[in-house]
Amino acid sequence: MKLSRRHLLGTAAAGSALAALPAASARAQSPLKVGFVYVGPKGDNGWSFRHDVARLAVEEALGDKVETRYVENVPEGPDAERVIRQLAATGQGLIYTTSFGFMNPTLKVAKQFPDVKFEHATGYVTTPNVAVYNARFYEGRSVIGTMAAMMSKKGVAGYIGSVPIPEVVMGIDAFTLAAQKVNPDFRTVVVWVNSWHDPGKEADAAKALFDQGVDIIAQHTDSAAPLQVAEQRGLYGFGQAADQSAFAPEGQLTAIVDNWGPYYIKRTQEVIDGTWETHDVWYGLKEGMVSLAPYGPAVPPDVAAAADKVKAGIIDGSYQPFGGPIMDQSGAKRVAEGETIPDGDLLKLDWYVKGVQA
Amino acid sequence: MDPWIAAVVTIIGAATPLLYAALGELVAERSGVLNLGVEGMMLVGAVTGFAVTATTGTAWLGIPAAALAGTLMALLFAVLTLTLLANQVATGLALTIFGIGLSALIGSGFVGRPVPQLPTLPIPILSAIPVLGPILFDHDVLIYLSFVMTALVAWFLARSRAGLVLRAVGENDEAAHGLGHGVVKVRYAAVLFGGLMAGLGGAFLSVSYTPMWIEQMTAGRGWIALALVVFAAWRPWRVLVGAYLFGGVTIFQLQAQGLGLLPVPSQVLSMLPYLATILVLVVSSLGPWRRRLNAPACLGRPFRATR
Repeated sequence: MKLSRRHLLGTAAAGSALAALPAASARAQSPLKVGFVYVGPKGDNGWSFRHDVARLAVEEALGDKVETRYVENVPEGPDAERVIRQLAATGQGLIYTTSFGFMNPTLKVAKQFPDVKFEHATGYVTTPNVAVYNARFYEGRSVIGTMAAMMSKKGVAGYIGSVPIPEVVMGIDAFTLAAQKVNPDFRTVVVWVNSWHDPGKEADAAKALFDQGVDIIAQHTDSAAPLQVAEQRGLYGFGQAADQSAFAPEGQLTAIVDNWGPYYIKRTQEVIDGTWETHDVWYGLKEGMVSLAPYGPAVPPDVAAAADKVKAGIIDGSYQPFGGPIMDQSGAKRVAEGETIPDGDLLKLDWYVKGVQA
Repeated sequence: MDPWIAAVVTIIGAATPLLYAALGELVAERSGVLNLGVEGMMLVGAVTGFAVTATTGTAWLGIPAAALAGTLMALLFAVLTLTLLANQVATGLALTIFGIGLSALIGSGFVGRPVPQLPTLPIPILSAIPVLGPILFDHDVLIYLSFVMTALVAWFLARSRAGLVLRAVGENDEAAHGLGHGVVKVRYAAVLFGGLMAGLGGAFLSVSYTPMWIEQMTAGRGWIALALVVFAAWRPWRVLVGAYLFGGVTIFQLQAQGLGLLPVPSQVLSMLPYLATILVLVVSSLGPWRRRLNAPACLGRPFRATR
């Protein structure tokens, strides 16, 4: 909602001129203003869309205790700083900056507005008024990797990658490791499209992989285009960020769903209550920040049961997505038996496990 | 299907939006008007085509609506640059930015909604021919239409009287005016045709290739189309070849990655079409090649009738 400061002051002044009383009570109830900064269009049906769904969940849950505003399509750079400063200067008490590249602008503005709380997604620097939060999407990839290995007749999955940052590398490795627990010879063929947001090219990549005989695909790009291709060809894939079954009712086996709503509601409520404190959290399936869409009709009961088992194992800690032994592409042992990759190394991950062709 | 044939079919699909947009821009440029708003017109075409298809349930209404929407965007550009004589480069850039915003606004209620895919219409008998059948005769209506439009534009420019007038307007507007041809009228028609084709190119993406709407789904194809016109030296058949070449490079690098045969980083191949365009631009600025490259002499120049 667009409500400027001048407008607010004007209304308050008019109110007090007529009767002094209402102005004071309006002030006491004034809602917490919450700002959201999105890197993409909220209509991307992927990353930014899921943050906006969470914003609406905050409005729904907290009603007139909050007033939300968002700015979409904010480039990661100097513009971001202007946008964040503008939000802070116009009375937002809490600002979510929802992309890794907003880190430095967020920190800079946060320093100048110590009373405003900031929540930065996927970053790694906290200050007294900047908290960071991230989701363990790779846990979802362990589940779909298990399913892919059980359902592929060829023992190969195609994987459409956006850009090779640790977040994406982590997903490819988790997917492949989980698949190899089912079929030790399982391979993952990665095709990079060098974009997060180009449905045509994502479809091209899916077609190229299927043309080469791959019978199942996963993707780490934003659109449902690869799933549409799978649907047309009677083959299978997995949704990304949101449940995309509307685009591939048969073809989507399940989807990894980003679920920011519960976290946003909790943290917003904490600011209202005055109990908000900074933290650095990395939530996953256990906390519900990562969830899986309902299984599609093509998933046989034994695959669904195996997927559920992996999910339950990750939640209770008995299944380690990055449990050793892990070899890299060259066959060298990178993680010993009984060990796992610590979070710090995971966030910098830049190598592929054996069986990945990238 | 043989993987090679499948790859060629994929290339045709990847190239079709480029072909539409570039053919339309080519006609506008041959009349002497540079419209940098192709991306914006494509987006508005894409969202309109999708919205109408999703609302009415039939692409037979969505596709004409997309063409109309692209034409209206072009009309806006034409009024600003041809009647009000605004700078063509600035207006074209503004049209793209406007199109990005307008399409997002129109499309806000359509994100995440599926529409049925445009059906493929195999041509009886011909589609059964080995190799050529699946490549040429087993497509949806928009791909067939792109073949037809290429031939039509080529014939129109090279063989028809109206095409001759259009080229004359683009080469020497004063002389064409002196001969009694309506320079502004011809340019209006050419620009509107450009918008129509960009609208169809957008609709191909949102209704046929990846039937969905997400913001900025053209992802720069309008800009590639502009480069393609230069690359093709303003000739329709070369636009066809160039579009398949540009599409082919994309598909080739994806295929090569899948086979693990790509010797260089994939980004290098992604930039090849642009390198080729830069090369053509460099060559075209060298004296002896200039005439052969056939850039319309009045390209981008505003025209005001002196008397």
